[in-house]
Amino acid sequence: MPETRPTLGQPASATLPTSSPVSEQVTLRVKDFNAWYGAFHALHNITMDIPSQRVTSLIGPSGCGKSTFLRWINRMNDLVPNARAEGVMQLDQDDVLDRNFDVVELRRRVGMVFQKPNPFPKSIYENIAFGPRLHKRFHRSDLDALVEQSLRAAAIWDEVKDRLHNSALGLSGGQQQRLCIARAIAVGPEVLLMDEPCSALDPRSTASVEALIRELRQTFTIVVVTHNMQQAARVSDLTAFFFEGKLIEAGATDGMFTNPKNKQTEDYVTGRFG
Amino acid sequence: MSNISLQTKRILKNRAFLALCLLSTSATILILALLIVSIILQGSHFLFNSDALSAVFAHGELSQIPKIFRWDFLTNFASRFPEKAGIYAAIIGSVWVCVICALLALPLGIGTAIYLEEFAPKNRWTALIDFNIRNLAGVPSIVYGILGLTAFTRMFGLFGSDKNSALAFGPDDAWWHIQFPFGQGLLAGGLTLMLVVLPIVIISSREALRAVPSSLRQASLAIGATPWQTASKITLPAAIPSILTGAILAMSRAMGEAAPLLVLGIPVFIANTPDNLNDNFTVLPFQIFNWAGRPQESFHQLAASAIVVLLVVLICFNGVAVYLRQKLRKPMA
Repeated sequence: MPETRPTLGQPASATLPTSSPVSEQVTLRVKDFNAWYGAFHALHNITMDIPSQRVTSLIGPSGCGKSTFLRWINRMNDLVPNARAEGVMQLDQDDVLDRNFDVVELRRRVGMVFQKPNPFPKSIYENIAFGPRLHKRFHRSDLDALVEQSLRAAAIWDEVKDRLHNSALGLSGGQQQRLCIARAIAVGPEVLLMDEPCSALDPRSTASVEALIRELRQTFTIVVVTHNMQQAARVSDLTAFFFEGKLIEAGATDGMFTNPKNKQTEDYVTGRFG
Repeated sequence: MSNISLQTKRILKNRAFLALCLLSTSATILILALLIVSIILQGSHFLFNSDALSAVFAHGELSQIPKIFRWDFLTNFASRFPEKAGIYAAIIGSVWVCVICALLALPLGIGTAIYLEEFAPKNRWTALIDFNIRNLAGVPSIVYGILGLTAFTRMFGLFGSDKNSALAFGPDDAWWHIQFPFGQGLLAGGLTLMLVVLPIVIISSREALRAVPSSLRQASLAIGATPWQTASKITLPAAIPSILTGAILAMSRAMGEAAPLLVLGIPVFIANTPDNLNDNFTVLPFQIFNWAGRPQESFHQLAASAIVVLLVVLICFNGVAVYLRQKLRKPMA
C-alpha cells in the first residue's frame, strides 16, 4: 500500500457541482491512440486527457470502441490474442503501452469493475483480502483494518460487517457489485475503470452504486463506460462520446448534454439514434 | 382428415414413443440385474457361510452375523485347492498399483490440464496436442500394455534383461530396493496403468477447469494477480471438486484393468505380499481372468466371488465420486 494513499470513507457531498471545472491535474494522457483487433481498426487517433479525481464517462452506441478503450488502460486487452495498440497512453509519467511495463503493477494502480458482478466464490473477507495479499505480506490486524476500510469506502460495511466470513455469493447483485468495487479499492489504485457497472442491476442497486461512484470521485480517478445517458449525466463530470471508433466529442458533462457542439453527439444524447 | 383424428394420432404417437423409451430403459436394468444376481449366486459359495446364514435367518441367532461372510476368502492367498483359495495378494496388489498410479497420474495429468487450459497459447500445436490426447483416451488399454512392456518392464533393453538387471540400488531385501528395468514389478504395473488413465485425467481436469467462469479469471487478473496466482488461487480451487470426481473415476478404471498387465506378463500365482517396488504382484481383475480360464467349476465360482468383491470396491469408488460431486460442488458465480 503506498503511503500517499488518501483516506477513505469520507462523507460525500450530496449533490454534484452544477458545472464541473476540469482540474489541472491529468492522470491519464492519451494521444493519437489507435487500436486493432487483427485487421479490424477499432479505435482511430484518440486524443484525450483524463483528469484526476473526476468521473469521466464514455458513451456511444454498441461497438463504438469505448470498452476497447477502457480495456487498454489496464491492458486487459493483452488477453485477446490479436489485439494491439499504438500511440501514447500515459498513466502519470509511465507508458502504459510499453511491453516492458509490468502489467501486474499497472493493474494494481488501475482497478477494474466489470459489467456483471464477479465476486470470487470465497467469503466476503477473502474477496477483499485477496488483492492486497498478492502484493504484500500483512499482519492479521492490518489486514482486518484494510478490509474494513475498503468495505467502508465502498459503502457496504454496515451491510456485511456481521457476516464477513459468509460466502460473497449470498449477497444481492447490488451488494456484490459494491463488494467488487471494495475489492478493487483494497489494493490502493489511483484509477478505477468501470465497464457498465450497473447494467446487470435493478434500479435500486443502480442508485446505490451510482451514489458510491460520486463519493469515490473524491479519492480516485474514475472512468465509466455506460449505455445509459441519464447515468452519464448523473455521475460524471466529463463525458466523451465515441462513434465508430472515433472520439467525436469530449468535455464537461453538462455542456455535452445541454449544448453539444457536434451534430452526431446531439443526435445520440437526445436519443435520435443509438 | 378431421382435426380430431389428427389429434388422436398425435397422442398415440406420443404414447408409443413413451412406451419405447420405457422398454429400452427396463431392458437395460433387467440385463444389469440379471448379471449381478447370477454372479452373486455363482460366487455365493465362497463369499457366504451357509451354516451361519441359516443360523441367522432361520433361527435368529444374531451372534452368528459376523460369520455370515467367509472372511478367509479375503485373507487367503491363491491356492490350487479352491476351498483354500483367496484374493489377499490380489487385493494388496490392486491397492499398491492404484496408489502408485494415482501418485503419478494425478499430478502429471492435472498439471498438464492446467497448462493446456490456463497457459498454453491457442495455436496449431496445442490443437494438435488436444486432438492427440482425445485420441489416446480412446486407445484400447492392451495397446498401452505393449508400451509398458517395452518402456518399463524391459526399458528398451538398456539395463540388461529384467531377469538379469544391470542397474540396481539397495540390498535385495530392503523395502527401498529398486532395480532397472522394472520387470513385472509394482512400478511397471503402476506406470503402465498411469499411461491408461493419464488421458482420462487430463480430459476430465480440463473440463473441470473450463467450467470455471472466465469472469473470475478476469477479476483476479484485474487486481494484479499473475496468471499463476490466478490459476492456483482462483481457478484451481473452484475446479477441485470436479477434478477430484474425475480422478476417482479414472482410478476406478485403473482398478478394473487386466489387459495391459496381462501383456506385461505378471505372474499367475503370487503367494506373498510385495516387499519393494520391484516385487511381483497380481491384481483383482487378473486373478479373476486366471480363475475364469480354468476348466474346473469351483474356480469359476471363485472368479464370480472375486468379481463381487471387485464390483463392491468399484461401486464404493463411484459412490465417493458422486458424493463429492454433490457435496463439494459450490456455485461459482
